[in-house]
Amino acid sequence: MKGYNFAYLDEQTKRMIRRALLKAVAIPGHQVPFGSREMPLPYGWGTGGIQVTASILGAADVLKVIDQGADDTTNAVSIRRFFARTAGVATTTATAEATVIQTRHRIPEKQLREDQIIVYQVPQPEPLFRLESSRIETKRMQGLADYGLMHVKLYEDVARFGQISISYDYPVMVNERYLMSPSPIPAFDNPKMDMMPALQLFGAGREKRIYAIPPWTRVRSLDFDDHPFRTINAPHPCGLCGATDSYLDEVVTDDRGGRLFVCSDTDHCAERRAAGHVGTDGFQEAAE
Amino acid sequence: MAYVAIKGGEQAIDNAHAWLAEERRGDTATPALSVSQIQEQLGRSVDRVMAEGSLYDRELAALAIKQAQGDLIEAAFLLRAYRTTLPRFAHSVAVETGSMRIERRVSAIFKDLPGGQVLGPTYDYTHRLLDFSLLGDETVAPETETAAGHVGTMPRVPDILGHEGLLEADAPSSREPGDLTREPLTFPAERDVRLQALARGDEGFLLGLGYSTQRGYGGSHPFAGEIRMGEVSVEIEPAELGFDIDIGDLIMTECQMVNQFKGSKTVPPQFTRGYGLVFGFGERKAMAMALVDRAMRAAELGEDVTAPAQNVEFVLYHSDNIEATGFVEHLKLPHYVDFQSELQNVRRMRKEAAE
Amino acid sequence: MTLSAGFTNPVADAQACFRSVLDAMARPGRIHTITGIVAPAPLCEATAAVLLTLADHETPLWLDSSTKAARDWIAFHTGAAIVPADRSTFGVALALPDLAGFPNGTDEMPETAATIIVQVDSLEAGQRFVLAGPGLREPAILAVTGLPPDFAALWQRNHALFPRGIDLILCAGVRLTALPRSVSIKDA
Repeated sequence: MKGYNFAYLDEQTKRMIRRALLKAVAIPGHQVPFGSREMPLPYGWGTGGIQVTASILGAADVLKVIDQGADDTTNAVSIRRFFARTAGVATTTATAEATVIQTRHRIPEKQLREDQIIVYQVPQPEPLFRLESSRIETKRMQGLADYGLMHVKLYEDVARFGQISISYDYPVMVNERYLMSPSPIPAFDNPKMDMMPALQLFGAGREKRIYAIPPWTRVRSLDFDDHPFRTINAPHPCGLCGATDSYLDEVVTDDRGGRLFVCSDTDHCAERRAAGHVGTDGFQEAAE
Repeated sequence: MAYVAIKGGEQAIDNAHAWLAEERRGDTATPALSVSQIQEQLGRSVDRVMAEGSLYDRELAALAIKQAQGDLIEAAFLLRAYRTTLPRFAHSVAVETGSMRIERRVSAIFKDLPGGQVLGPTYDYTHRLLDFSLLGDETVAPETETAAGHVGTMPRVPDILGHEGLLEADAPSSREPGDLTREPLTFPAERDVRLQALARGDEGFLLGLGYSTQRGYGGSHPFAGEIRMGEVSVEIEPAELGFDIDIGDLIMTECQMVNQFKGSKTVPPQFTRGYGLVFGFGERKAMAMALVDRAMRAAELGEDVTAPAQNVEFVLYHSDNIEATGFVEHLKLPHYVDFQSELQNVRRMRKEAAE
Repeated sequence: MTLSAGFTNPVADAQACFRSVLDAMARPGRIHTITGIVAPAPLCEATAAVLLTLADHETPLWLDSSTKAARDWIAFHTGAAIVPADRSTFGVALALPDLAGFPNGTDEMPETAATIIVQVDSLEAGQRFVLAGPGLREPAILAVTGLPPDFAALWQRNHALFPRGIDLILCAGVRLTALPRSVSIKDA
C-alpha cells in the first residue's frame, strides 16, 4: 500500500517484535514484554496477533484469518483485508492451504502441519489475572513458578460444583514450567495444543506481551487425578455435515426453543459437505 | 426454517462504511464543515485530541475530529495510529516552561506576585448562560484590536518558593526519559514514564481520580501553586552542531500543585509537588494530572498507599482511553464460541446436579 | 574505505532470514540456508544476515576481537553500540565465548538474556550431538565442526539455568541453526 511499508509495520518495529518472538520460542510459555505499537485497528480487536503476523509474514505466505472458527465473521474479514491491502499476500479460507493462520478463539479442526504457523489473538495473557489483579504480583509468581493460587481456585471449583467449572481460556502448563493462558479458546481445543506439529505464537497488543509454544511441546491442561480434564461440546452431530468430532455452534432457529448445532469451523464443515457428508438439516438447506 | 450460514461479511462492512460516510456528512443542504473551521473554532476539542492523541498538529487533529464526527476519543485514536507510522528525526531538549510566552497565568497561593495574575482567555468567570446570539451565522468581522497577545515571560511560582527551600527541588536526572510508545510499561514505573502516561491519559479518567483525592481517597492537601498557559519553544540539539536550534512553538498548559509538607531528620519540612503538563489549552486535565501525579508519589514520600489514585499500577494500566475503549468495545465482537462452552458447561452441571 | 552492501532486498531478505532463525529456534538443530547477502570478512553470510535481521540501535552488541575487520560494516549497517559482554543483547564470536560472561536474564525477566551468534566451521559434519526438548518430536542429531570438545558439558551448565540462560545461533557459510536454552545436548 502506498505510503506504508510491507505489512504496515516499519522495519525497526518488526525487528523489535522478531527479537521478542525468538525469546518467546526459547522460553516456551513465558510472556515476553514488547513495545506494542498503536495499530490502525482497536486494541482488543487483534492488535497483538496482527503485529505478530505482520512481523513474520513474507510475500510467499498464504494467510488465513478466523474468528470463532469462521472465515466470514466481520472482524476476520477486516483483518484479512488489512493484510491483503498492506502486504498483498495471498489469502485463503482453506486450512490446508494456509502457511500462516491468525485466529481468535478457536484452533482449526484439521490437524496443523510442521510448515504452518498459528498466531493467536490474546486479550489477557496472564492466566492468574482473575485471581490476582496486580501484574507486579503475578510476574513474581510466574518467576517463582508459584501457581498455588490457581490450584486453590480449581480445588474450590471441585468443592462447590463437583468439577472444574472453567469451559474456555482453560489454563495450561507448558513444558511443565509456565502456567499459560491458551487465549479464550474453548477447552475443547486445548488438547490440540499438546505436541502440535505447528509453531504456536501468541500476541497480546494492549497488554504488550508475546509468548509462544514451539512445535512438539507438552501442553497439559490443569486437572486433578480424581477430576481429570474434560472437554465440553454440545452432545449432537453437526446439523449440516454430520460431523461428530468438531466443536459446535448453537444457532437459535425460532422463538420456540428451536436449535441447530453446526460446526464452528466453517472451512471444516464446507470441506466435509463438499466431500458428500450430509447432516440431518443439510437436505433442508439444499432444498431451499 | 433452514439455517443459512452467514456470508457476505465483506459486503456488510462495505455497506456500513458507506452509511457511516453519509451520516458523517449529514444533510447536504448544510454546508460542509471545513478543517480550518474546526481548527479555529473548536480549539479546545483540537487541544484535547492532540493531548490524548500524543501528537501536536492542529490541522491533523481537526481533520481527525471531522472524520470522527466529533467523537474525540475516536479522533485521538486516528491521530495515534498515524503517529505510530512517523519516523523520528530527532529528540528535542526539554521544553523550558519558565520562559513560556504567557497567555494565562494564575496562582492560588499568593495574592500578587512578579508578573501578576493573568486571566487570559478563560471560561472561569463566564456565567453559563446559553448565548442565543451564537445561533445565527456570524458574518466575518473586520479585523480589530484584540485583547489577545502574549504578556511576556514570568518566573514560575514554584521557583519563587524554591529559593527559600520551602518547596522540594526537582530531582536531577541524567537518565534519558523513558518512552511508553516504544517500550512496554514495567514496574516500578519511574516518574518520567508516569507523567508520560498521564499526559496521554484520558481527561475524564484523570478528572475522576484527581477528584477522588480531594474527597479523601489519598488526599494530599493541594494548593494550585501555579497554572500557566502559553507558547514554548521546541529546540533540538543536533550532535554535529553542538548548539540548540529552535524548530517551532507549542501551546502548552502547565500546573504545579503545592502539597502537604514533608520532612525528615535530615531535611527540614518542605512542601511537595504534583506536576501536570499537557498540549494546548488543557487546564482541567493539567490540574487533574498534577493531583494524580502527587497521589502516585505516596510510596516515595513515605505515605500509606490505600486509595486508587495512589496505586501506580492501577492508574497507569487504566488511564489510556485508546486501550480502554478498544477493550470495552471489543465485547461487541462475537464471543459465541466461548458462550457456547459456558452454556454446555452449565447444562451439564445442572443435569449432573439433578441426577 | 568502502563498505559492502547489506541485503539485496532489505525487507524481503530480512523477513526470509528471520523465518529461518525462528524455525531453527523452534526446532533446535534444524539447518537453514541464507541468501541475498555478501558478507564482510571474517563474517560468513549467515552471521552477517542474522546481524542485519536482528541487530539495531536498540541492541547493544558484543564483538569478539577476531571480528575486528568487520566492525565498521556492522556499525554502519546496524547502528548498534559496541559494549562489553555483560551488557550485551547480542554477541558475535568466531569461537564459543565463556557463556558466563553474558547476561542470562532473571527469574522474572529471563528474556533479557543475551543471544550469541557463534560462527563455526561447518554445520554439515563434525562432532555429533544429540538434542532433545521443546521443538523436537524425538531427539535429533546435530553435527558441528568448530565447537569446543566439551561443549555438551558447557551447555549443560547453561541449560540448567532454565528459564534463564543464553540462546545460541550457530552460523557456517550460508547455513545456520539455533540452540535455545530449552534444549538439552549430549554427545552422540
